[in-house]
Amino acid sequence: MMAERVIKLPDVGEGIAEAELVEWHVKVGDIVREDDLLAAVMTDKATVEIPSPVEGEVVWVGADIGDTVAIGSALVRLKVAGEGAAEAGEAEANEAPEPVVATKPAAGPKNEAPASAPAKPAETRPAPSPKPRAVSSPALSAAPRRQAGEKPLASPAVRLKAREAGIDLRQVAGSGPGGRITHEDLDSFVLRGPEAERAPGLARRTAVTDVKIVGLRRKIAEKMALSKARIPHITIVEEVDVTALEDLRAVLNKKPTPERPKLTLLPFVMRALVKALAEQPNLNALFDDEAGIVHQHAGIHIGIATQTPSGLIVPVVKHAEARDLWDCARELGRLADRGREGSATRDDLTGSTITITSLGALGGIATTPVINHPEVAIVGVNKMMVRPMWNGSSFVPRKMMNLSSSFDHRVIDGWDAAVFVQRLKELLENPATLFVDA
Amino acid sequence: MIEITCKLLVIGAGPGGYVCAIRAGQLGIDTVIVESAKLGGSCLNVGCIPSKALIHVADEYEKLAAAAQGKTPFGLTASAPALDLKQAIGWKDGIVQRLNNGVAALLRKSKVKIVHGRARFRDGKTVAVETETGPKLIRAETIVIATGSAPVELPFLPFGDTVISSTQALSLPEIPARLAVVGAGYIGLELGIAFAKLGSQVTIVEALPKILPLYDAELTAPVERSLSRLGVELLLGAKARGAAPDGKSLLVEAAEGKERRIAADTILVTVGRKPVLSDLGLEELVLDMDGSFIRIGERCETSMRGIHAIGDVTGEPMLAHRAMAQGELVAEIVAGLPRAWDKRCIPAICFTDPEIVSAGLSPDEALRAGFEIKIGQFPLAASGRAMTLHSEQGFVRIVAQANTHVILGIQAVGQSVSELSAAFGLAIEMGATLEDIAGTIHAHPTLGEAVQEAALKALGHAIHI
Repeated sequence: MMAERVIKLPDVGEGIAEAELVEWHVKVGDIVREDDLLAAVMTDKATVEIPSPVEGEVVWVGADIGDTVAIGSALVRLKVAGEGAAEAGEAEANEAPEPVVATKPAAGPKNEAPASAPAKPAETRPAPSPKPRAVSSPALSAAPRRQAGEKPLASPAVRLKAREAGIDLRQVAGSGPGGRITHEDLDSFVLRGPEAERAPGLARRTAVTDVKIVGLRRKIAEKMALSKARIPHITIVEEVDVTALEDLRAVLNKKPTPERPKLTLLPFVMRALVKALAEQPNLNALFDDEAGIVHQHAGIHIGIATQTPSGLIVPVVKHAEARDLWDCARELGRLADRGREGSATRDDLTGSTITITSLGALGGIATTPVINHPEVAIVGVNKMMVRPMWNGSSFVPRKMMNLSSSFDHRVIDGWDAAVFVQRLKELLENPATLFVDA
Repeated sequence: MIEITCKLLVIGAGPGGYVCAIRAGQLGIDTVIVESAKLGGSCLNVGCIPSKALIHVADEYEKLAAAAQGKTPFGLTASAPALDLKQAIGWKDGIVQRLNNGVAALLRKSKVKIVHGRARFRDGKTVAVETETGPKLIRAETIVIATGSAPVELPFLPFGDTVISSTQALSLPEIPARLAVVGAGYIGLELGIAFAKLGSQVTIVEALPKILPLYDAELTAPVERSLSRLGVELLLGAKARGAAPDGKSLLVEAAEGKERRIAADTILVTVGRKPVLSDLGLEELVLDMDGSFIRIGERCETSMRGIHAIGDVTGEPMLAHRAMAQGELVAEIVAGLPRAWDKRCIPAICFTDPEIVSAGLSPDEALRAGFEIKIGQFPLAASGRAMTLHSEQGFVRIVAQANTHVILGIQAVGQSVSELSAAFGLAIEMGATLEDIAGTIHAHPTLGEAVQEAALKALGHAIHI
């Protein structure tokens, strides 16, 4: 006998009530085996894979990509065989598969990654855009186009619809058997316009591709909008002569060991941050603007803005004030490894009090970093390059690097911000001071 | 003179005209339709409908005659049948009248104004109609010419008492003992076969070397066999020369050139139909013509703005269902909707014995059009249903494009296959492939299974053959 089992969205932890569906691994009609993945949902920071507890055929899926699904609501219905199969009604009670928690947007910073050194950014693979909605156009698949003079093949209803929409069906690729133009082909043509002809030379393209913003991308969008909407940013760009720092780094990197891995510029910047913040604790803070309270944190938890294939994430080096240079480097390495393994925890990704953003060699001359709300400051590291500098009598080649830093102007005055940036400059230009205890 | 102003004027209430008017009425267009004879046109009054009634009578008569002669294989016997032709004609006329009334009711329901009388163009926007109650002048924004067609008369065989057209053949006072039919097109064959079944000694004279010239030999062979079974003499490549002076025989120049005299009480001339355009005042207009027909474009528009033409006046195929589709099309165009003729096929049926249906391209037509084709043909002799109907003659044949399997045409010959035409037309309009038909469950036991089997045959895996 056949029966139906309802697979519900399990409690994916973190005490959340709902999750966003970001990926389907199955579609109606698919046969799944036990433990095959059904779907992926995304909570605040982690992506959770939902496996199938049984073998069966997918007869119904309960959400579209991008939908928010309540914990415990039906996600998939499976047609399952065998006598033990519960009736649909009963099954509702007990089908909550054990979720496989995998923090997918992970690939954390590689050791050298977000540094300003001549290193490539964390992942140079182009971030794959979120998959288009399930209604992705059949016409975009390799549909045979008709030869010149050939009549388009379409049902009378499709022909009528095309005529009423003012569309010449000869322009529409058919995905059906024999190149038949289906309703879906026509709909997607209406939506996207004609595919560009593969003719050589320049041609107008009028297609519009709709990409639904889901998952991590949506979180980023919300976060950025929140930050820019609430926080009046003030950004200061200052140049830093890192020649001495680079000399020191070269010496320290001569004989790397597991205990003392190769250093990027980042641990030095973190060190400078800790030193500067000791003098200006009001910059290491979270501004609860609704309550009107700035929470100044004694612990310095530095978020490291990191590009991953799925988008921007911010792993956090906790208590940077209690770490020496190597410890900072090791912690950065650990977070990067976690990212690669997809095992970064929620704890790894939350709790920052100030953030560093670096695009490494792509860092540009200046940037306007967006503050990681509700923090009040962010330090952007621009690319390092050799520039001719005037030493009073002649031009000399110096390794120069800019810092572009933004501050929440509601709680940080321009003067304070400038003092902070000058302090960072001073520390980085005189690296010995990084290691002189106050 | 009474003047009427309307948005749409339809001249002719045949299947094209009345459908156009009803659809226009549905779309809220202020519509007038003019008809000089009865509503329904040739189709309803002197064509499709009455001929099918007569053919049905003939079929029933033949069955009883076969039983009376002990010819049924299943042991049915009966006494020799007798037909009260007057009553049969009355029954047929009753059907026609019911349909006449039906058309009138449908037109009224759609708020179409019906004007009885003969229309004549004054100019491209104005038509004068002679009615019983006096002349009327109708001004319309758009005019549709739907005046249909009439049987062609041969100059050397003018219609009269013994020389008749299909119209008179449907209302004969008695079954002619000897009937000569000039022209072996579908009308001549349908009527010739019906009269043969009703007891006439029928001779069919055709100038061309084959019957039903629009259909291929495979399709017409079962009809030829049936003619011979019914004792119909078929003279192919023979030209009618005229009636003998005594009016009792038809003079024929036979294939080999020698004269023949065919004894005939009645000579039925069915050599084609011509558009009815005379006395319409077309000389007031400047319409481009296509031979004797009005030239139209894909919107059934003529060379004059505001004048459309539909149906038989626009040429072959002169079929009621084509006219109806054109009528609907024009009504929607007048309503401002974007429409154009985009049909893939116009199915055609011969209600001969056995019936022939053709939709889309025959194998020859497909090859001539440059297609590489696959053909699947399934004989009704292998159909259980055909056996139980005691009519195993014929087959269903599917023509498909070799590479894509898109169906280009479907033909069939056999008893009652006319009803399969709906499936044929649907398959072609939908752009079906062989796999679509092969993958559709066809109910058992029906003749329709032969369609599925023909598709399977083309795919190389027919089950029942």
